[in-house]
Amino acid sequence: MIFKIEDVTVYFPYDNIYPEQYEYMVELKRALDAKGHCLLEMPTGTGKTIALLSLITSYRLSRPDSPIKLVYCTRTVHEMEKTLGELKILHDYQVRHLGAQAKILALGLSSRKNLCVNPKVLKAENRDSVDAACRKRTASWVRALAAENQNVELCDYFESYEKAADNALLPPGVYTLEDLREFGKNRGWCPYFLARHMVQFANVIVYSYQYLLDPKVAGIISKELQKETVVVFDEAHNIDNVCIEALSVSVRRVTLEGANRNLNKIRQEIDRFKASDAGRLRAEYNRLVEGLALRGDLSGTDQWLANPALPHDILKEAVPGNIRRAEHFVHVLRRLLQYLGGRLDTENVEKESPVSFVSSLNSQAGIEQKTLKFCYDRLHSLMMTLEITDTDEFLPIQTVCDFATLVGTYARGFSIIIEPYDERMPHIPDPILQLSCHDASLAIKPVFDRFQSVVITSGTLSPIDLYPRLLSFNPVVSRSFKMSMTRDCICPMVLTRGSDQLPVSTKFDMRSDPGVVRNYGKLLVEMVSVVPDGVVCFFVSYSYMDGIIATWNETGILKEITQQKLVFFETQDVVETTLALDNYRRACDCGRGAVFFSVARGKVAEGIDFDRHYGRLVVMFGVPFQYTLSKILLARLEYLRDTFQIKEGDFLTFDALRQAAQCVGRVIRSKADYGMMIFADKRYSRHDKRSKLPGWILSHLRDAHLNLSTDMAIHIAREFLRKMAQPYDKTGTMGRKTLLTQEDLEKMAETGVQDMVY
Amino acid sequence: MSDWRVKYKSTVKDPGTPGILKIREGMLLFVPNNPNSDSKLKVLTPNIKSQKYTKEGSNKPPWLNLTNKQGRSHIFEFENYQDMHSCRGFITKALAKCEEEPKKPAVSTSAEQASIADLKRRFEVLRENSELQRLHKEFVETKVLTEDEFWATRKKLLGKDSIRKSKQQLGLKSMMVSGIKPSTDGRTNRVTFNLTSEIIFQIFAEKPAVRQAFINYVPSKMTEKDFWTKYFRAEYLYSTKNTAVAAAEAAEDEELAVFLKPDEILAQEARQKIRRVDPTLDMEADQGDDYTHLMDHGIQRDGTMDVVEPQSGQFRRSLLQDLNRHAAVVLEGRNIDVDSEDTKMVAEALAQVKQVSKADGETTKDANQERLARMSRVAEMEDLQAPQNFPLAPLSIKDPREYFESQQGNVVNEPRRSGTLKRNVHEAYGLLKESILEIRTKGLSDPLIKPEVAFEVFSSLTRTISTAKNIIGKNPRESFLNRLPKSTKDEVLHHWTSIQELLKHFWSSYPITTTYLHTKVGKLKDAMSNSYSQLEAMKESVQTELRHQLSLLVRPMQQALDAAFQHYESDLQRRTAKSVRGEANGGVV
Repeated sequence: MIFKIEDVTVYFPYDNIYPEQYEYMVELKRALDAKGHCLLEMPTGTGKTIALLSLITSYRLSRPDSPIKLVYCTRTVHEMEKTLGELKILHDYQVRHLGAQAKILALGLSSRKNLCVNPKVLKAENRDSVDAACRKRTASWVRALAAENQNVELCDYFESYEKAADNALLPPGVYTLEDLREFGKNRGWCPYFLARHMVQFANVIVYSYQYLLDPKVAGIISKELQKETVVVFDEAHNIDNVCIEALSVSVRRVTLEGANRNLNKIRQEIDRFKASDAGRLRAEYNRLVEGLALRGDLSGTDQWLANPALPHDILKEAVPGNIRRAEHFVHVLRRLLQYLGGRLDTENVEKESPVSFVSSLNSQAGIEQKTLKFCYDRLHSLMMTLEITDTDEFLPIQTVCDFATLVGTYARGFSIIIEPYDERMPHIPDPILQLSCHDASLAIKPVFDRFQSVVITSGTLSPIDLYPRLLSFNPVVSRSFKMSMTRDCICPMVLTRGSDQLPVSTKFDMRSDPGVVRNYGKLLVEMVSVVPDGVVCFFVSYSYMDGIIATWNETGILKEITQQKLVFFETQDVVETTLALDNYRRACDCGRGAVFFSVARGKVAEGIDFDRHYGRLVVMFGVPFQYTLSKILLARLEYLRDTFQIKEGDFLTFDALRQAAQCVGRVIRSKADYGMMIFADKRYSRHDKRSKLPGWILSHLRDAHLNLSTDMAIHIAREFLRKMAQPYDKTGTMGRKTLLTQEDLEKMAETGVQDMVY
Repeated sequence: MSDWRVKYKSTVKDPGTPGILKIREGMLLFVPNNPNSDSKLKVLTPNIKSQKYTKEGSNKPPWLNLTNKQGRSHIFEFENYQDMHSCRGFITKALAKCEEEPKKPAVSTSAEQASIADLKRRFEVLRENSELQRLHKEFVETKVLTEDEFWATRKKLLGKDSIRKSKQQLGLKSMMVSGIKPSTDGRTNRVTFNLTSEIIFQIFAEKPAVRQAFINYVPSKMTEKDFWTKYFRAEYLYSTKNTAVAAAEAAEDEELAVFLKPDEILAQEARQKIRRVDPTLDMEADQGDDYTHLMDHGIQRDGTMDVVEPQSGQFRRSLLQDLNRHAAVVLEGRNIDVDSEDTKMVAEALAQVKQVSKADGETTKDANQERLARMSRVAEMEDLQAPQNFPLAPLSIKDPREYFESQQGNVVNEPRRSGTLKRNVHEAYGLLKESILEIRTKGLSDPLIKPEVAFEVFSSLTRTISTAKNIIGKNPRESFLNRLPKSTKDEVLHHWTSIQELLKHFWSSYPITTTYLHTKVGKLKDAMSNSYSQLEAMKESVQTELRHQLSLLVRPMQQALDAAFQHYESDLQRRTAKSVRGEANGGVV
């Protein structure tokens, strides 16, 4: 359908639209007009993504003189593929109605591992070795060498891409990673470098958060984006965690050992070069004296991860004199390693601010703050000079230099925590030195500063006023949308008691109580016999899931469950989990029905949808609190309290409930869909916990469903499923429209939005 | 119709000519790839006398041997067994058609316009559904209903779908059998494992390494029994969770180590499958993308991710992995056609199937295409646009009762057709006693107990035990049927269906507009009163303790019949009155 929002003609690829999608677009347009940032919470299952994409692309079409670029950030690769899938539908529709002028170039961007088509490179197991294998074939000096020596192996895809030079362009269209690989294979061009090259021409770029938030990655990939860019962070409820992760580094024993080996290797290389090609080292020294940390014109293939510090914090100065010579730099690093090793020997937990850490480093190892700050750049330059391609081997020393640079750059918002062992397993010594960032606003600040509009959106951003504080920005629009329901298609319940009327909870003192374990099991056994197709269960942690499944297996509860449905599990092995999910979907598709057991805060909870028949019921066993004794968490809570006046308890509950809401919120995808959610813990019945759930779940949580036992829940489930099986009027009843047609929208344009919708 | 790539051999020794085998209306055609070759072949289907084929799992390639009426044989070598079986299916159908044709005139005399195809379908439906067959026999052959009347209400059964739904393969149970509990004899430390072919199949399907080991070792290196002993030894080591002991034993015994090591074949399969997985849930791709998961970058111990004890060494395997693997195998289903006791054959057939599917996975682009199609479907929002209908596979449940009863717990799975001998518990017990006495007096004979007697005792006893279990805590009405003696139960159920059938026809005949309907209703009424009296008789015949329950069951049937009788009577009265009036009127005018 095609309609107008103020002066923008919106092309929307479906015949109908939800009122909240329409409102969402109106708000989004206001933010774009104001060239400001916005924060929008809209329930899952109301088509956020497509509303967002169609408004922004239509906005671009309506302002041909100042075209905006869209950078769409997702948390995971599979969400990226999903977004591109929706964009494809939209693009087809727009091209059908507008012809060639609507054509855009949209592409997904990922690492070499996901884009490479060279079978020899792909043989490598993980990302780092793929990167290294690629460098071995494409680095500038390797290619120079190959010009003389026939035996040096190069990558044919890269060579023909280079040969095509500026003609190597992607024709307009929407490219998923799969499409990029296919295109690359057909043309014989390297899809990775082609995609990297096309970033500057593309109208829509879809990639993961790190490409903008992590300075190491953003520095090489997102450097050249223009100011007229709309940045969207989808599913952004965890964005604060991504931000602090991007600036945190830790050092273990193995890191130090590896770094020592790396230094030995570097030392050997230096000696070799001294003997054979002393000029190179001298040239590097001269360059450093002139103040050029890096050669400006690095070819794409030589690029590394960029500086871990944020761009405006990097000094534009010459490298200090004491590390300009390669040997001297190696000596400094040796001293640093030695100092860190000494600190790891501690027997107590130590917590320190970066300032005091740097000063003791200065007094004990004689390394100044400024020297630390330049560690990363100096190492990078040295590795280039020494022509090292197997970068995956040199990760440990890289980590140490990242740590040094960060610790030298930031005085506040960080702390250094040294733990001799993990609290939960005190019998295993595993010393670790962590530099952890507490301030989420640090990493995201450059993004807010650089781009015209940043849109932060998710299904769960409650309480919505907390996010501007955590990220310290001023949104021009900040809204939480309700969901207009055609029928009550979600049914949240709080289960507080088992079938024997005893309370259930995963509180620490109760969770291993056999009665609770049995009651949880019985709940599931009863539910799987009532609910059709897919059922998803979330536990608070892997170890808890492991334990409870083992007990269920011994007591025969698991057998009773398997009588009704197949069971699948999330494990810590990602490949296995992916296959299990694939099989789970298959089992739901073929009608056999299945149960998927998963973990809150795990990979599955983070980004897999259990919509339609893939999830008719979600059970959240317990409240997914963080492990509150963790030193890092405590330090972060302290920081939040001191700087933002956020109470510890409030933050912990907020964090646990957003995870829970995230788990259960993935059951519906549209209003035709339906699903039940069971919060199985007595603590959910308390008002202070419950009230932190997003509004659209709360509004369906009836008072009668707040304190249920297993048998009552079963009864409610039966009733609910029966009701949902009835035919209904999709367009809404009793004067409330929940599905708008073109006509409705035109009418609305005359009378105003509000009286139509609610 | 259908084409297959085959090699044609005139004799067994012949190396074979590659070409295409086609089945067309009434004939088989073989067209060689090389147009100059003279081995073109045309066989009329009615001429085929018999077909022989090689069994799957035997070492021979898939051959199909057709013998014609002149005694000449044609051998076709197929690329794989699937092809051969589908081809065989076509030939069988074609042959069946040929046989049907001569009978045509005989049948069509009774049917008015029914086509041959229809008749054939009817015949097939009857053959598959014994219950329907019985009804057919009862009503059509006794002329209560005509053939057409009988089928008129069952048009759906004759629809095209029912024909096309070929034989459905039996699925596997969702439950894991791997928890095979050993049984002890109580005196010594010896444990005994009971292996059935079902369990062996599952072990082979779930653990390709074990399958491979079996093919390699048995019988060249060890006997089958030794093999399984070793396997369970390994399982026992797992269950003790003592990895140190497992490692030590594995170091000593390399065959044992095979079972303890992580499964290489599985890992390889996983790597292959992950490439074909739906990209919208490919979490493996994230690992390649997410730069925070650089070693030692990001936050390690903030309590969001919990720690699990590091997996020590290679001798660890988790329950969760096993469960995932099991579920995957169940989902794949029983993909081999071998129903054999020979373990070796099962193992080889499984290995072969795996190899074929692997080759498929590498070559076909269809899978990829389908994956992309599925993805774009997922991307759409369903209720913002007109609905789409996807083709569904028809579910063929031959006997719905069997299905629902199997859901009620694993109790009532005695074979349904063996109910020719009618004995109740007491009789069965008596028989057992009798035969024991016999042994006492005569000494042991061979066989000890007659197999049919043993079976009868066994099934009878288990039924009483299981029904008792069923009754406790359950709705008594639901399980009452099971408490009835089998013969009575069958009779009740049969009455129920036949009364339903009669009533359906009865009520659909009203209002009576033609004399044809009039006579039909008369016939139906007679048949109904007949079954009414049969029901009465059954109530009398049954044991006293069951009589009350049975009458509860029978009452609704009788009520339904009563209603029909009443309607019949009142209608008859009205009609006679009307006709009388009509005559009277006529008389006046």
